[in-house]
Amino acid sequence: MNRRYAMYMVAAAAFATMPAFINPYWTDVLNTVGLYAILALSLNIILGHAGMFHMGHAAFYAVGAYTTAVLNVTFHVPVLWAMPAAGVLAALFALVVARPIIHLRGDYLLIVTIGIVEIVRIALVNNIFDMTGGANGIFGIARPELFGFKIRKPVHFFYLIWGFCAVTILLFHWLENSRFGRALNYIREDEVAAEGSGVNTAAYKLGAFVLGAFWAGMAGTLFAAKMTIISPESFSFWESVVMFTIVILGGMGSIRGVLLGAFLIVGLPEVFRELASARMLVFGAAMVAMMIFRTQGLLPPAPRHYDLRGIMSGTQTREERA
Amino acid sequence: MSLLRLTNLTKTFGGLIAVNDVSMTVEQGSIVGLIGPNGAGKTTVFNLITGNYKPDSGTVEFDGEDLTGRPTHRIVVRGIARTFQTIRLFQNMSVLENVLAGCHCRMKSGLLSSLFRTRSQRAEERRALERAVHELEFVGLAAQHANLARNLSYGNQRLLEIARALASDPRFIILDEPAGGMNDHETAQLIDLIRAIRDRGITVLLIEHDMGLVMKVCEQLVVLEYGAVIAQGTPDAVKADPRVIEAYLGADDDL
Repeated sequence: MNRRYAMYMVAAAAFATMPAFINPYWTDVLNTVGLYAILALSLNIILGHAGMFHMGHAAFYAVGAYTTAVLNVTFHVPVLWAMPAAGVLAALFALVVARPIIHLRGDYLLIVTIGIVEIVRIALVNNIFDMTGGANGIFGIARPELFGFKIRKPVHFFYLIWGFCAVTILLFHWLENSRFGRALNYIREDEVAAEGSGVNTAAYKLGAFVLGAFWAGMAGTLFAAKMTIISPESFSFWESVVMFTIVILGGMGSIRGVLLGAFLIVGLPEVFRELASARMLVFGAAMVAMMIFRTQGLLPPAPRHYDLRGIMSGTQTREERA
Repeated sequence: MSLLRLTNLTKTFGGLIAVNDVSMTVEQGSIVGLIGPNGAGKTTVFNLITGNYKPDSGTVEFDGEDLTGRPTHRIVVRGIARTFQTIRLFQNMSVLENVLAGCHCRMKSGLLSSLFRTRSQRAEERRALERAVHELEFVGLAAQHANLARNLSYGNQRLLEIARALASDPRFIILDEPAGGMNDHETAQLIDLIRAIRDRGITVLLIEHDMGLVMKVCEQLVVLEYGAVIAQGTPDAVKADPRVIEAYLGADDDL
């Protein structure tokens, strides 16, 4: 177990030196991958762990990004200071829209969440509250500063985004191995049995939505800071589909899987840019093959590890035998 | 005072009266069997007690408290646990995790303490593991704690459901056909297990078609037919009741 953690640390350290070996263009590609990794990790709580088919995650991402942009451009709040507000507003938005639909199952929920992302996009295009700048969006978002250091170059963003991603991975890993994470899995496996075992299923489903939205909102801040200009088309239905695909392809409920999915779905198309016209064909064929041959995703979650030393009496645990 | 008291419970599905004006009581510390032909409404009664269904009329009282219409997870917290007739385990999770589901309602860690893995969260997690392993040892599945639930034999899956129910620290446990799919040897062990559960101070209400088990283990029986109670009393009294014999074997037309 510890050897595995050590391997992850080495891999993370090696990855952290990447910008030294690649040009700014590829660093920027990695930044985009990182952003989608954060988004997909937050969607993974809802879709992967709780098993709720939610295809409207871009709506929460949009709320976060626009909150940041408005706070920065109109009220001159420093970009990174806007991050908690972006998260909270996205979470509140999720609470309000998810509450009435939380009992919907499967494809019914899917349809409604598609509706949410479209409503948000159209509201932004129509310059809702006279604050969102309509179809043009908002430009002139300031560069973020961290401890007096101005984050401008792709390499700076690399450490900001992937640092945030690392914190996300750690916290979500802990969450997975907790009462909360298990409760979401019970709901995914059998909602009636979960409720019958004493899990307040409605509250946990809503909790998953609120947490996922909070994180997507914060990812929106990073996006606004990186782009300095945001517009409604950045938060289209297609963005939701991409996040959804990352989670399904990588492996529902698996952090490693979601990271791999982000690299494959966002990074690989950049590698094969010359073959742009064939990209979607290959992509579609790959998805069909996946659904037939590997429905659980590329890297499905490993079983949770429980330390039973000192608890198990008489019977050997699997670890002791090994 | 009785632990559980059902008063004039009625539940209809469209034109079908599944449960018709059922009143019964279960005494603290007893083992009570609910029997009747298929489709008599036994499982519906269970679902009314556990809040899976809301009764059209009537009340469910538990330990003097009216539980009618409460959500299921609240009822579990009050101390009523159940197993399902069609096994409802979390099939793709480990045996241990299935039992931890039962511990859930006795734990307090929320979202934040889980995200930040606080000291109290870890201590609570440890206590839950101890409890879960204890229940697995109680039903005899401790050695299989790391297996996936779906890889257990049918009989062991039934036992795992019981362990999960016990982990919620109930005062009252409802078993829906616990011997379904078990062989004779497993059924004999189940009888001992049910008695051991009662000896822990947990009151047992069970549905079972295996009359051998019912007659051996139950102290009181309630017989349902077409949603209504047709007899209740000790196994011997119920066995001799002509209405029960008629319900199970049919009336003799020549008489």
